[in-house]
Amino acid sequence: MAEFTLKIRRYDPQSGEAPYWDEHTIELEPHRSVLEGLLQAKAKTDGSIGVRCSCRAAICGSCGVRINGQPGLACHTHLDAAAARSEDGVITVEPMGNMPVIRDLIVDMDAVHWKKIQRVTPWLINKTPIPEREYIVPRESMVDVTQTAACIQCGACVSDCLTMEVDPLFVGPAALAKAYRFVGDPRDAEHESRLKDLSEDPHGIYDCTHCFKCIEACPKGVAPMNQIMRLRRIAGSDHHIVDRNNGHRHEAAFGTLVKDHGLLWEAELLPRSYGGDSWFGKFAPAAGLELVASLPAITKALLRGKVTPMGALKPHKIPKEDLAAVQRIYDVIESRDERIELNLYITGTDAENAENPVETVAAAAPSAGDEEGLTR
Amino acid sequence: MKVAYWPGCVSRGFTPELHGSMAKVAPMLDIELVQLDRANCCGAGVIAEHSQELADTLNARTFALAQQVPGADLMMNICSTCQGAQGECQERLDANEEYRAHVNETLKATQGLEYEAGIINKNFLWVLVEDIGLDKLSSLVKRPLTNLKVGPFYGCYIVRPTSRLGINSENPRDTYLPKVIEALGGTVIDYAGSHKCCGFPIITMNKKASLDQAGRHLGDAKDADADCLVTPCPLCHLNLDLQQPLAERQIGRKLDMPVLHLPQLVGLALGLTPKEIGLQRHVVKPTSVIDWTEAVIAGVAD
Repeated sequence: MAEFTLKIRRYDPQSGEAPYWDEHTIELEPHRSVLEGLLQAKAKTDGSIGVRCSCRAAICGSCGVRINGQPGLACHTHLDAAAARSEDGVITVEPMGNMPVIRDLIVDMDAVHWKKIQRVTPWLINKTPIPEREYIVPRESMVDVTQTAACIQCGACVSDCLTMEVDPLFVGPAALAKAYRFVGDPRDAEHESRLKDLSEDPHGIYDCTHCFKCIEACPKGVAPMNQIMRLRRIAGSDHHIVDRNNGHRHEAAFGTLVKDHGLLWEAELLPRSYGGDSWFGKFAPAAGLELVASLPAITKALLRGKVTPMGALKPHKIPKEDLAAVQRIYDVIESRDERIELNLYITGTDAENAENPVETVAAAAPSAGDEEGLTR
Repeated sequence: MKVAYWPGCVSRGFTPELHGSMAKVAPMLDIELVQLDRANCCGAGVIAEHSQELADTLNARTFALAQQVPGADLMMNICSTCQGAQGECQERLDANEEYRAHVNETLKATQGLEYEAGIINKNFLWVLVEDIGLDKLSSLVKRPLTNLKVGPFYGCYIVRPTSRLGINSENPRDTYLPKVIEALGGTVIDYAGSHKCCGFPIITMNKKASLDQAGRHLGDAKDADADCLVTPCPLCHLNLDLQQPLAERQIGRKLDMPVLHLPQLVGLALGLTPKEIGLQRHVVKPTSVIDWTEAVIAGVAD
């Protein structure tokens, strides 16, 4: 048995009182969970502590909280690990962020999380005609969606989403991962309209700021941000959806500029993101409007010599033969019939597989005899 | 030490003062920079968004070129985004031999290059703490940043995901900035935004949200009484410094918060003048830093 101190954030919005911190000392084996600690405090010292839980085994997703400022499941966090990560040995437990507090550690999932899940049409829309018997789908494509299907709806990713912090309308990591669940499912009939909807929404897939918070938060390895990037990839590359948020244009212009120069040319990237992926992009009305809106920053940058007119007009380049090599890489990869992706969530790493051989689905078409290579 | 040095694109484009100050600071720290002039853009996560294989192959090319630098201890970058984007590609390349062989096939066919698994690629921040050492760093300080209140700003790509970036109890890389600030004699300002997103990746997609992010963190730092911020990421610098006039307009608040690149902060403490490290090139004049530095120069001269 060991002693731990839990510092719990208490708040009852109906009381009219401000939130406050409340410390409880509990006694448990170090490998027991923070949730068990909370329940002991509730049972022994203060029955009014508000905490939501059910399975206590990281399956139901009910006990999402912030522990030492990091979102996660209270039942999935060991007391000793939490104490080691705390600033002064005191484990702080707070309600999740980006959602209104109902009481103490309980947040209103309906008001934010579930509304956003509903937003992405979270069910399969059958292709017609519906087959008389079962659907036959490639095994790989169903393995592919298992990563998003692993979501337990705990809201940890929503809690710390940094876009949502400034833009509460952002569809958000959990719901967009759910959207991939169906966009990645070959049985679904509405891939394109789902993607069009989420691309054109100013708070959709192109509103993700790529901060990795959701990847870090998720206790189940769903990596919502990676799923959002896959939605963008499929929307732009497979369905050629050019959205009004400049998302696809930005991505296309970035790729083109690196292909043309080997390095990024920022001065050209911005106008092209607004006006279109060509040299003429900067003359499009949208690019002009953006230029005018950015004048306060541009003028100062020019005045300070941060950006010189020549520096902005001329790209920096890599040597000719190296640029040619970069362009050959583009040509080889862009000419493939199939996109090659490696998802380590599904394949595992060589080291893991050598230790614990499992059936893997490799990204590149595997051939017989490759097993040997995996165990090197 | 000798490093294969990848400066990135933005440090030679819109933030030339970053690359310039790194070149000045390196010899003072005994770092020999062998610049990877032939290497290509890391893709900043945007190329990977379009094609993962393309991003992996382009970065494998950079790694292969770095591995050709004779006698280099490691590859070093000065951009959080390069660190994160290259690290993501390296994770896949190193994890799966079959995939690596596939990528190498393209590299060999296009330029005869080959990437061998296991390159060490570190941001200057990590090199400072892990390879040079904080004790050595503070012993080199000529002009301690006494009373300069500095807020750290990491950039997402260098703090998350922790497992990929090798952040653990042995290498708590997400706690290095305050340690460096202290080693240079400065005062660390603790504020809400240090590990958050500057908003830059969505500046063309949702400008309002992007500037709200920048403005919020700058405002939080100001409320916490910071004199300036320091960042190892030039893209964060673009949103926090270059776009600060627009962020001010967006959030309706005067900010006047100078943002220094990490090599600039180190250079100041090591005795370089504000002009040598390009502080005059910032959109937000680092007046607080410059005034303070000159005052201390006078003090030291006595």
